[in-house]
Amino acid sequence: MIKIRNIHRTFGQKHVLKGVTLTVNKGENYLLIGRSGAGKTVLLKNILGLIRPDSGTIAIDGTDITQLPKKKLEKVRLQFGLVFQDSALFDFLTIDENVGFFFYQHTKLKKSIIRKKVTETLALVGLEGIEKMYPYELSGGMRKRVAIARAVIYNPKIIIYDEPTTGIDPIAVDKIVTLIEDLHQRLAITSVVVTHDLEVGLKLADRLAFLLGGRIIFEGDKKDLETTKDERLIQFLKGTSGGPIREMEV
Amino acid sequence: MGFVRRLEQLFHYIGSISFFIKNTFWWLFTKKRDFKSLIREITFIGIGSFPLVSLIAFFIGMIIAFQTAYQLQQLASEIQLASLVALSLVRELGPVIGALIVAARIGASITAGIGSMKISEQVDALEALGVDPVDYLVVPKFIALIICMPILIIYADFLGIVGGYIIGSTKFAIPAGLYFRMTLDALKFKDILSGLAKSVCFGSVIAFISCYEGFRPFSSTDVSIAVTQSVVKSFMLIIITDCILTALFYFTWI
Repeated sequence: MIKIRNIHRTFGQKHVLKGVTLTVNKGENYLLIGRSGAGKTVLLKNILGLIRPDSGTIAIDGTDITQLPKKKLEKVRLQFGLVFQDSALFDFLTIDENVGFFFYQHTKLKKSIIRKKVTETLALVGLEGIEKMYPYELSGGMRKRVAIARAVIYNPKIIIYDEPTTGIDPIAVDKIVTLIEDLHQRLAITSVVVTHDLEVGLKLADRLAFLLGGRIIFEGDKKDLETTKDERLIQFLKGTSGGPIREMEV
Repeated sequence: MGFVRRLEQLFHYIGSISFFIKNTFWWLFTKKRDFKSLIREITFIGIGSFPLVSLIAFFIGMIIAFQTAYQLQQLASEIQLASLVALSLVRELGPVIGALIVAARIGASITAGIGSMKISEQVDALEALGVDPVDYLVVPKFIALIICMPILIIYADFLGIVGGYIIGSTKFAIPAGLYFRMTLDALKFKDILSGLAKSVCFGSVIAFISCYEGFRPFSSTDVSIAVTQSVVKSFMLIIITDCILTALFYFTWI
């Protein structure tokens, strides 16, 4: 479904992605782990075409999106639902307008129909009666759930979660994890979860990749972690400061 | 920083803002606008600016009246006060002062608003949802500014003239009827038209600079720099544009 081959991306003097290669199969829960600042978000934005790579290919269902013109890229992008790290809800719109944004912008559906869809999707993420509120009136955990509702409302083929549990309390973390698992089961959707929170990531993943210093140094099934000999991955899994991963490597 | 590097940056800036302007016009003419978002921008830009514009325009009118009265007294032509106040306001000071107020108040706010959306990934969220940020954020602001600016300027001109009348009536006992008749006699259609043309151009300058600067920040510290840059560049371009337009009107119409 997503095939990334040897992509590089540089910002000024900083070489962030140094030949990333990975494959996400249809219907799986794919986990991308790595330290903060490893380039995970940059990789995600490349997958969505929000940033173009300097070289390499990103194929979505066989179409290389790195060479697509803007209009075609926008269509490919709508196959994705993206949940941003800080939710990225539009401050000046109500929750109804945020969640129903896709339909308000891209369809001529009646407002009453869109509002019904919004209410149903909010119920799916465990929220009710907040349609007229603004994002600043909600807690961090509620904002995350609204962001998930906004991402799934138009039935995308792939949903990407960028650090879905960062900045929220442990109870809210558990709710979000349960919600992501539930949505994956119910909607039969391909999910890519990007996180540095290993506990959360391993709960959700079928397969995973470990990004370090702009390169994928491990890609495989969750059970392969038990037999890995890669000391850098072992250090990351154990969460120890002493080991082959030094500050200068990331 | 070397001269060549600065020159390179200047050309890069001109190139990218030209592309940004082209994009704005492309979206302006290819997509039907959402009426609700236009009303929201017009309310914010236009109605929100009325109190400050009223205050400043009124006092500018009084100041011009004081200054011209001082000169006119020496020529014993105080009666010309009304025409001088009206002409200076309608042709020059009304549009320029109004534009500077809007650039400082609205332009800064537009840059800060888009800048904070950029760093909180809301701009990325728009793109992820298949909406072009120029189409959604810039075009409604551009339309609102070119609609609101002429209205604000006419209003500022009127209040400035009233400010001038206060001085004319209290200092020189010019009757209201005579003052306003002289004002209308002094103003020609082309004077009003040149003021309005300027206000539309200044509105465009404010929209393009403030929105473009809003898309540049990458961090919260960049937002404050972008706001400063937005106001400084808008001020400079308003004055330069005014000079060019004044010369153009002078050589073509008068």
